[in-house]
Amino acid sequence: MSKSNFTRRGLLKTGAVTGAGLALPTIFTSAASAFTNEPTGSTVKFGFNVPQTGPYAEEGLDELRAQELAVQHINGEGDGGMLSTFSSKALDGTGILGRKVEFVTGDTQTKSDAARAAAKSMIEKDGVVMINGGSSSGVAVAVQELCQSAGIIFMAGLTHSNDTTGKDRKANGFRHFFNAYMSAAALAPVLKNAYGTDRRAYHLTADYTWGWTQQESIQAATEAMGWETVNNVLTPLSAGDFSSYIAPVLNSGADILVLNHYGGDMVNSLTQAVQFGLRDAQANGKNFEIVVPLYSELMAAGAGDNIKGVYGSMNWNWQLTDEGTQAFVKSFGEKYGRPPSNSAHTCYVQTLLYADAVARAGSFNPCAVAEALEGFEFSGMGNGDVLYRAEDHQCFKDVLVMKGAESPTTEYDTLEIVETTPVDQVMYAPDHPMFGGAEASLGECNAGA
Amino acid sequence: MDAIILQLLNGLDKGSAYALIALGLTLIFGTLGVVNFAHGALFMIGAFCAVTLQKIMGLSFEQVDPTKTDFLGKPLVVKVPYVESWFGADFGAWLINWQVPLSILLAIPVMLIVGFVMERGLIKHFYKRPHADQILVTFGLAIVLQELVKYFFGANPIQTGAPSQFSGSMDFGVLLGFDPMAIMYPYWRLVYFLFAAVVIFGVFAFLQFTTFGMVVRAGMADRETVGLLGINIDRRFTLMFGLAAAVAGVAGVMYTPILAPNYHMGMDFLVLSFVVVVVGGMGSLPGAVAAGFLLGILQSFASMNEIKSLIPGIDQVIIYLVAILILLTRPRGLLGRAGVMEE
Amino acid sequence: MKMLGLSNKDTTFLLIVVGLTLLTPFLLQPFPVASGGNMFNAGYPDLMQRFAIFGIFAIGFNILFGLTGYLSFGHAAFLGVGSYSVVWMYKLLGYNVVPGLILAIIVSALFALLIGYISLRRSGIYFSILTLAFAQMMYNLAYSVLTPLTNGETGLQVYSNDPQVLRGPEHLDAPHFFNLFKMTDSTKLTLGGWEFTLSAGYYFTAVIAIIAFYISLRIFRSPFGLMLRAIKTNQTRLNYTGINTRPYTLAAFVISGMYAGLAGGLLAAMDPLAGAERMQWTASGEVVLMVILGGAGTLMGPVLGAGFIKYFENIFSKINDGVLHQWFAWMPDGLENVIITISHFFVGKSWHLTLGLLFMLVVIFLPGGLVEGGQRIAARFRGRKAKDDATHAAKTQPSAAE
Repeated sequence: MSKSNFTRRGLLKTGAVTGAGLALPTIFTSAASAFTNEPTGSTVKFGFNVPQTGPYAEEGLDELRAQELAVQHINGEGDGGMLSTFSSKALDGTGILGRKVEFVTGDTQTKSDAARAAAKSMIEKDGVVMINGGSSSGVAVAVQELCQSAGIIFMAGLTHSNDTTGKDRKANGFRHFFNAYMSAAALAPVLKNAYGTDRRAYHLTADYTWGWTQQESIQAATEAMGWETVNNVLTPLSAGDFSSYIAPVLNSGADILVLNHYGGDMVNSLTQAVQFGLRDAQANGKNFEIVVPLYSELMAAGAGDNIKGVYGSMNWNWQLTDEGTQAFVKSFGEKYGRPPSNSAHTCYVQTLLYADAVARAGSFNPCAVAEALEGFEFSGMGNGDVLYRAEDHQCFKDVLVMKGAESPTTEYDTLEIVETTPVDQVMYAPDHPMFGGAEASLGECNAGA
Repeated sequence: MDAIILQLLNGLDKGSAYALIALGLTLIFGTLGVVNFAHGALFMIGAFCAVTLQKIMGLSFEQVDPTKTDFLGKPLVVKVPYVESWFGADFGAWLINWQVPLSILLAIPVMLIVGFVMERGLIKHFYKRPHADQILVTFGLAIVLQELVKYFFGANPIQTGAPSQFSGSMDFGVLLGFDPMAIMYPYWRLVYFLFAAVVIFGVFAFLQFTTFGMVVRAGMADRETVGLLGINIDRRFTLMFGLAAAVAGVAGVMYTPILAPNYHMGMDFLVLSFVVVVVGGMGSLPGAVAAGFLLGILQSFASMNEIKSLIPGIDQVIIYLVAILILLTRPRGLLGRAGVMEE
Repeated sequence: MKMLGLSNKDTTFLLIVVGLTLLTPFLLQPFPVASGGNMFNAGYPDLMQRFAIFGIFAIGFNILFGLTGYLSFGHAAFLGVGSYSVVWMYKLLGYNVVPGLILAIIVSALFALLIGYISLRRSGIYFSILTLAFAQMMYNLAYSVLTPLTNGETGLQVYSNDPQVLRGPEHLDAPHFFNLFKMTDSTKLTLGGWEFTLSAGYYFTAVIAIIAFYISLRIFRSPFGLMLRAIKTNQTRLNYTGINTRPYTLAAFVISGMYAGLAGGLLAAMDPLAGAERMQWTASGEVVLMVILGGAGTLMGPVLGAGFIKYFENIFSKINDGVLHQWFAWMPDGLENVIITISHFFVGKSWHLTLGLLFMLVVIFLPGGLVEGGQRIAARFRGRKAKDDATHAAKTQPSAAE
């Protein structure tokens, strides 16, 4: 442009004036409520932020089903589900603190940006007090950070990276789902029994944060029991065709392939590894084996027969026989005609836990709720006795080791439970080096407003 | 050496898929002058023809099996496929086993119809419109198609296996005099490569040796003159669109055992296939095929551990890097003509 | 009425734009909060900020694409670079947004200079693929190998142990403007059933958006803009007359890259996190769609297109079963279920479908984009005489592409 009448000084001045003008009423409004989105009237709103488009849409849909069910149970509709088996009895089926629960939904698209946009819209427009859901660690960390700065509670959905309650932990964020370290700690003894201590492992790892923490954890756990790590190859996200990464495995001197992949990548890499004959091959005089550290039953169905006999781990499975699980599966199954997935379970439990914490704290103030959740011990939610640890807001509970079923009868039991690893075996210190070490801190609870 | 041969095979296999998609894309562009962003979606619809046939084969009546129970503790309902009860267990099982190759029989007519409808109903109104409009409208169509597939088939990948005869791998190295187990390669990937070769040669032969093909080639070179000669070029171009759709469709069908189909697979291939077409040179069929194989092979080699450890992340960018280098050294890609889509 | 070197008509136009921008918090909130229409209200800070930011992005893209016809498929790379610059400035210096925004513009200009210099050696689709290739390489590397610089999948964010050397003890602990106000500051205005949110962040972006719009207006009306249009019309002829067009196209490319960098920087200024997916080809494609949808080569078109797409993404995706049941509860049960089943195709998790259909409808029936739609409506209102004007306008308006 030839000339402009805007000068830097002029711009600064204008900015300063606008700023002063806007800053003034802010002080005035902040006195109006004690914390962000303090509920008024007879209802309180939850925000369910799940992937509704993109590759994880089915998982998101299942989470949404469970969240809807949880809201019904809190409001006293339906059969109450896990409320009857939950050890805390603060919820009585009349809503929370006399308010009925309503909910709004958002689409994370499994992208940090979109997830934050959806979350912000729920916070700013709909006035939610809590956000729950998601099926990726990147999204969970991003939304958790947002909730921290906005001053509401984030109850993470499916997120398995160590970072969520490790180096990226936040005072307003809570995770019920297990993590990569726990998967590795639970799997290692089972793998030792099944395949022995003299094994050489080859890792294919999804090249992003979750893949790395998963790989780091499982490598440490297997090396501790005597396995050797031959190689760790990073694969691009959504590569689709993994043939060029799988082809060299057979002649690498390894006799175990660890697939640190999730979702669609896991379906493709596992299927292709089986096609390359790895399951039928012999190496170092032993049968070649494949391990998939993190399973999801929705994706296991996508892998079909290829999953037979392959070990992995899960947070929870509907085939457990405790009464909490049975109550939930019955309630969910009768409403939707299918058993819940473990991502549905974690979202259901997180919603109830939040509601219960509010009821025990007697307030929706996020700092009061966080205090009620910290160090909270409960049972009857399907994983035995559970502790919400105060130091990092991570739940500690039994972990399931799963195996692809040899002869599944329906599309829902493609996986079978091999072992329930007790919580003591998967415990770690809050300042564990894989979880950000001594530097990691929750920061201060933020009530916003 | 064996590692290099393995990656060469992988490259040929990847290249087959790229070349097949790029071939159709170039056919449409070369004949009709339309940039078709819905071409990836056609590939996806082809793959879902295989899924549909699988669903049809899987259609079954329900029988209550009182000896087993389902997840709610009720007696288990066992499903018996109709095909097995109609054609007998043996032939029924054979049909189910061979469903992926059989899907081609379903896919060809379906894709031809989809192609005709798309061309007559939508694309033909965009011949004279700017390329940007064509991109927008076909991109919109691609979204609509994939959302419809998602609505009916869900968002999860659906496993469609190869016939059991082809499910394992072959000891390819022995044929070349290597030790046993040195080069194991899945049968189905070899089948896919052969299949792609047949389709590619078929298309070339069709254009080269038939009168129809001659007219189309003439039309690609100079549409106006061919029209002035009194030849109904539109009718042929419609057929051409159907053919391109069918090529994308069967490529999708045969790819299902390699990549479990999901509703967004078309978008995943779209960008890559455009890069392939452009690297090959807009409007050049041999260029598209050559670029497809070239990029496939280079991508496989870049994924080798030895190369990855030298240049971290090279496997993620190799295709784009090569595209840039080729376009900078050869202004119109490998075999492109001057003046096509350069304005 | 002549102002800021603009003609009468343009001054009026600019004033209208300024008015609309400043009144956005009211205009986008037409329904009372308690009513069912609240679902369609878009007057909350995050979405209004996005309208302004993506408006800037699209205005800048239009300077390249609308004027010269060069279709870049890699502009999201500059968006990402801008965001990363701002967050790095937060981490190193402190939460003041200004150093970051300045750095965002500089860094994106440098990237644009490099990528533009190489890509502009080719034209047409070859140019598009070159820009796409650069952006995809940057995205793939940012997601994986460059994680120390970008924090990969999680996205770059500020940690409590970051240096923040310029941060004083009394400074605000969120993105702010010279410690005068935080971007998240807002005040609520309640008038009857209506509730309006006046957000500091929105007005900050709005002021920048108006400046960006003004600059673009000046470029459109300048000899430089005329030259760019000439390149679009017939580059070969220009070359024959002895004019080297490359410096002009490169200038346009760098300017639009700076707009994109500024937009990316503002995204991080409103929300201190920079994710790699901002650079993916889908994001580059989105801005192309915004510009074509709104009307390429027009001044307001890109802004309309940006608003249209962001509105769908944020509003339609939130309409779930529960909302549908509320809306149609007054209907008889059978009818209600039918309507809800049909609606399923278009809202909530199927919002993509509606967007795809609308792309098709707009491009089929309104070749000039939404702006043409507006012109047709206006022409109908103004009667016959004005109709002649409209056809005239359509004639002078550059064709949408090529």
